[in-house]
Amino acid sequence: MPANRFNSFTTYGVGIGLRIPHYDHILSRKPTCDWFEIISENFMVDGGRPLQILDQILENYKVVQHGVSMYFGSAEKLNREHLRRLKNLVRRTKSPWVSDHLCWGSGGGRYTRDLLPMPYTFEAARLTAQKIREVRDFLEVPVIVENVSSYAEYHVSEMTEWEFLNEVVERADCGILLDVNNIYVSSQNHSFDPAVYVNSVPTHRVAQIHIAGHSKYRKYILDTHDHPVIDPVWKLYDRAIQSVGHTATLLEWDDSIPSFTEVHSEALKANKYLASASLAAAV
Amino acid sequence: MKLITLQRRVARAVMTPLTPGYRMRRVAPGGKPMSAVANGIIKPNDRLTSFERLEIYNRQYWFRVLDAFSDDFPGLRAILGDRHFDALAKHYLVDCPSQSFTMRNLGSRLESWLRKHSRYTSGRLQLAVDMVRLEWAEIETFDSASEPPVTAAALVGADPARLRLRLQPYIRLLDLRYPVDDLLLAIKHDASTNVASNAMQERQKHKKVSAVTRLKPAPVYLAIHRLENTVYFRRLDREEFAILSALVHGRTLERAIVAGFRSSPVPVKDRAPIVAAWFQHWSSLGWFVM
Repeated sequence: MPANRFNSFTTYGVGIGLRIPHYDHILSRKPTCDWFEIISENFMVDGGRPLQILDQILENYKVVQHGVSMYFGSAEKLNREHLRRLKNLVRRTKSPWVSDHLCWGSGGGRYTRDLLPMPYTFEAARLTAQKIREVRDFLEVPVIVENVSSYAEYHVSEMTEWEFLNEVVERADCGILLDVNNIYVSSQNHSFDPAVYVNSVPTHRVAQIHIAGHSKYRKYILDTHDHPVIDPVWKLYDRAIQSVGHTATLLEWDDSIPSFTEVHSEALKANKYLASASLAAAV
Repeated sequence: MKLITLQRRVARAVMTPLTPGYRMRRVAPGGKPMSAVANGIIKPNDRLTSFERLEIYNRQYWFRVLDAFSDDFPGLRAILGDRHFDALAKHYLVDCPSQSFTMRNLGSRLESWLRKHSRYTSGRLQLAVDMVRLEWAEIETFDSASEPPVTAAALVGADPARLRLRLQPYIRLLDLRYPVDDLLLAIKHDASTNVASNAMQERQKHKKVSAVTRLKPAPVYLAIHRLENTVYFRRLDREEFAILSALVHGRTLERAIVAGFRSSPVPVKDRAPIVAAWFQHWSSLGWFVM
């Protein structure tokens, strides 16, 4: 299962998100790290330091692109300038796949700068799948979609989130970036069993997994990426790995970012689960 | 409800300005109660009402854009003070919300907006405009393209009456009425200094305020440029600025030099060595492209 057509038949291990506070450490010490995930939009520029840093990273590491503002689920058309810049970046990084979120966030030419949850309707699934296909055809690399964490549900929804995810990826014939922290966060906010979600995911489409920490408030959980991964999320990760197999895994840590060593150590905890999954597969 | 209708309603609510206490407003744009808007779209759960669930997104939107805007314009904040800056930021972001896939462009319309909304500048319109121009130029210079610079060998034998040189795409030329470059550098220096206590922060704030109040008008000509991908502000003589500006506007080298010294007090006999030194310096910085 590790290598599939949705991750260009790669076998990436455990990576972390490339973040500015770690640049000096990475460039000067060149620590071992299986791969880095970059936020595409941070490097969709014409020149200067961002691209200089990226090129230096590319000399020594594998890089995968992760976007935050394609908004596959927005009712309006795709932004052609965005696509053009994204494709230029793909050529530079040789990212074997490109990911973005199963969400919406723009309307009437305005960007809400957030990963807003989709209404789980057949109309939305059709439109979203069509846009994912358009992006994949334009970029000429596999496109995978990530489930987002959410704090609201719509009256108009006609199915569960996991049914919607299945509906979209089947229509788009695309891969999945399974974020087990997001599943956990949403399960707490919407009172569903996260194991049911994980069990319903079409395993053959999972190309990558995200893990992260979050913040717990009195009445809800916020996906803040500013803490270590909690045990229930590791358990969910274990469940996912047991069914999906050894899959490229990435730890996101975006706020109150500790040292590279601390973030990487947290990410490497995934190896325990990956090894056990590999062993189970061998037996 | 059609997808586009739902998204328009949610986006409108999410982008509605918060109350002064940073909560969601009780009344939506158009006069309808926000709770009615929320109830019509979002399900409540056993812990949160529809209003409270929508409010999470409303607050996240504003915290995110205000933080990004504040990070981009620390100089403007120093000039206006926190209270006026926050008021300006909220109104600007209502009038000019993000229209780009990147937050980098959030302040792209600030200069023109500011000129039409001088009431937000506490009577310091020109100073505020100068600072915004500088801060936006810095953002643009940071990640704009660069091209291979022209080599001296490529210019040998070139006819100044026909030669047209362009500047690197990342260079921005600014003529300012206040020396805001010094002020911005001082502000950034303060921000990068490790501040250990609240008392220290207060002292630095007072220092900043007094630096602003002491700032007198003085014409400044600047090139915002990059060297090894670090952004620098370089002060230029008036004539130097005029020559570079003429080149940017597509004048030939000869015409640019003529334009540069129009009504200049520099004696004609002194001009040739001055221009030669300038060109040598600009070339050493790799500023020219063909």
